[in-house]
Amino acid sequence: MSRSPAHLAGLPSTSTGPSPAIESDGLVVRLRRTEVLHGIGFSVPEGRVTGLLGPSGSGKSTLMRTIMGVQRIASGTLSVLGRPAGTASLRPEIGYMTQNAAVYGDLTVLDNVRYFAALHGKSRAAAREAVDAVGLTGLERRKAVDLSGGQFSRVSLACALVGQPKLLVLDEPTVGLDPVLRVDLWERFRALADQGTTLLVSSHVMEEASRCDTLLLLREGLLVGQMTPDELRERGRSQDLEQAFLGIIQSGSSREESVA
Amino acid sequence: MNPRMLMATTARVLNQLRHDERSIALILVVPSVLLAVVYWLFENETLPPGVPHTFNRIGPIMLAIFPFVIMFLITSITMLRERTSGTLERLMTTPIHKADLLFGYGIAFAVMAALQSVVATGVAYWLFNLDIKGYGGLVVLVAVVNAVLGVSLGLFCSAFARTEFQAVQFMPVVVIPQILLCGLFVARDRMNDVFHAISDWMPLTYSVKALQEITANTDPTAEMWRDLWIMAGVLFGVLVLASLTLRRKSS
Repeated sequence: MSRSPAHLAGLPSTSTGPSPAIESDGLVVRLRRTEVLHGIGFSVPEGRVTGLLGPSGSGKSTLMRTIMGVQRIASGTLSVLGRPAGTASLRPEIGYMTQNAAVYGDLTVLDNVRYFAALHGKSRAAAREAVDAVGLTGLERRKAVDLSGGQFSRVSLACALVGQPKLLVLDEPTVGLDPVLRVDLWERFRALADQGTTLLVSSHVMEEASRCDTLLLLREGLLVGQMTPDELRERGRSQDLEQAFLGIIQSGSSREESVA
Repeated sequence: MNPRMLMATTARVLNQLRHDERSIALILVVPSVLLAVVYWLFENETLPPGVPHTFNRIGPIMLAIFPFVIMFLITSITMLRERTSGTLERLMTTPIHKADLLFGYGIAFAVMAALQSVVATGVAYWLFNLDIKGYGGLVVLVAVVNAVLGVSLGLFCSAFARTEFQAVQFMPVVVIPQILLCGLFVARDRMNDVFHAISDWMPLTYSVKALQEITANTDPTAEMWRDLWIMAGVLFGVLVLASLTLRRKSS
């Protein structure tokens, strides 16, 4: 990967920099009665792209919703930008793209983005910029429901970007996108991180892991490990990240995250 | 509350409605058509001298029922969509306050109710000669309070529905009993004690009473103001209940 972060190669995998953007310890989350996250601890470095990877049903979305403060924590700690997750003062500083594009289908592209711009105190010009940033220029006046699946989810991404948040939490943003667009979006994520934005991006496509600075590997509500893509290749004994992930799970050689 | 977020939400809800011609027709056109149906139903009735036309009795009641029923229906579906599409959860991650959302909805639908009432009252008064002795602005005021009541009940009920079909099922449970007991079919003073007592606890009863007061009296009566205050009180209570169903965190 031409954009692979060489400057990170020497950094340790878990603690990068003095102030992690997200830090959790022994995080337990229940959905209704079922325990979904079984005490996980990790830290997401500031100004980097962190990938949250794992098979579907591993708890990625639940973890993201908890970080965004819309899911109650059963036990453990979770701090976001130095404050407990869910603190009101965090809301202007975080942006969230849900898995199923949560936008208003009966509004136009621009009206959707303008609404979220207004909620974040941003101008109409900022809304237009966000629309351009996700490559929907020319479709501003189209009703969201009339767009293709990939375009629809990019409206959702624009709504997350428009607040210019310090932390962007993106739940499977590239699902259903063609390869060209996918590359384009990952380059955009990289550019945002270079400007200081922290990104947490989930995916179940292991190929996308190579574009992240660090990876959180989640499986059945447990953190399999936190490492860089290179470390994953090394520990999983495969150049193919998918194979490497399977290798780690099968060998059981990974350090299980301690339940603090 | 934050005026910018409140206005943005109001504008957004109105904007959504603007793209939906059917809802616009339901709000603005259907009430007048139904008024016309009732007018022509009783056009040729023969009445003993001195007895007022049935349309003059039913007309004001219908003007009270329209905003309540229609806004209840539209709000419960719109709000259910917010809940199921994930936009509500997404909003909860933004700086918006619950009150901005609730009142944003309330104001947007109050504006539509005012338009609806102006059209329906105008049609009833000028086209069908409905006898309204009082000030027309008060009719609109009662309609708006009634509509916002429908909005808050719709917001509240949408929390207990998972699908749009379930949301519509609240119509016969929440709305039709109120229509039956508000005085449309049988005047309240001729109901048995049980029904009379139940109708005492139904908000639609008071809006019908208020409208009857306005149509029958040139000047606003104390009775009318009392009914309006009762409606406002119920409205406040239901709004509080509705706000409790909007939770930032799910457990």
